[in-house]
Amino acid sequence: MPETHPTAYDSKIEGNVIFTRFDAALNWVRKNSLWPMPMGLACCAIELMATAASRFDIARFGAEVMRFSPRQCDVMIVAGTVTYKMALAVKRIYEQMPEPKWVIAMGACASTGGMYRSYAVLQGIDQLLPVDVYISGCPPRPEALLAGLMKLQEKISRERSFAKQKPELVERLEEALS
Amino acid sequence: MTREEAFALLNKSFGEKIQSKTEFRDETTYTIAAGDLREIAEFSRDELSFDYLLDITSIDNFGEEPRFEIVHELYSMPHAAHLRLKLRISEDVGEVDTVSDIWPTANWHEREIYDMMGIKFKGHPDLRRILMWDGYPFFPLRKDFPLEGLPSEMPDVAFTKVTSMEGGPFVTRPSTATAKDREPRARPPQL
Repeated sequence: MPETHPTAYDSKIEGNVIFTRFDAALNWVRKNSLWPMPMGLACCAIELMATAASRFDIARFGAEVMRFSPRQCDVMIVAGTVTYKMALAVKRIYEQMPEPKWVIAMGACASTGGMYRSYAVLQGIDQLLPVDVYISGCPPRPEALLAGLMKLQEKISRERSFAKQKPELVERLEEALS
Repeated sequence: MTREEAFALLNKSFGEKIQSKTEFRDETTYTIAAGDLREIAEFSRDELSFDYLLDITSIDNFGEEPRFEIVHELYSMPHAAHLRLKLRISEDVGEVDTVSDIWPTANWHEREIYDMMGIKFKGHPDLRRILMWDGYPFFPLRKDFPLEGLPSEMPDVAFTKVTSMEGGPFVTRPSTATAKDREPRARPPQL
């Protein structure tokens, strides 16, 4: 990924100094240590558990630290049917997560309501939360969830994280440099 | 007491209170009046040993009078026999006696009927909604409730919106045709 890792390489000082953009370093740290909030609401949660277990091993992508407190989470994996009864609880948990945070809508139900064209089911969690990655499937295979996680990692690596987090500081720096 | 003796005793004890009796595949159905439910239920449990309440369901015969029908599914462990008690109530009454003190399992069944159909149970110890939240204004399994739902709003508790049916409902028709012809398709309700 040359665009996201613009490193200068000097063999004489190899292993001691790396030149890179601050965003690239920050995003690299973030994307390889995503702590998921397992928002398991239906059968997708079983596949989510399988993804975390030894055969598929989500730890290979640095996202094995499932946290049951929203205060410690980076990415909410909405796995399952979001009923209207549950919808505002999901939203509240999302709001309790610290920034930066991302959302994966796992499976047909979380993405669109799925087969539940019904009075009781929210037709897609994107009506309440900003979703970053949608995963198709009913339920998706663990490989699909891993692919979705990798998509999210790609997305994170393209973010202008520093400018987003400290806009005033970036503005002052740009003024000072110009 | 055998199974046949139990039903004979029920016939003898409640002769004129039994409106009709149907036998179908070893399942016996009695139609009774709503007011006689508790008496017959207690007799069925204590004298005829129908000790197990399988289920209570309700039917909405929308457009007919009386509108609602309640079905009690009883089972007797000693006789290995089913007994079904049916009773009908009109929408104006909308209330029937509870049997939750006779079979405690009726407690949640009756709450579900109240939640989905809006029929109240007189004497129920805790008649709250069980699936939808307290304050939801509709009874979704009634026939005049649309499949796509109705909008509602309870701040900080829950909300509902009308679902887009996208030409649905999507229905499969049973047949021996190939999967291509059997698969679910949008079929408007009038067809």
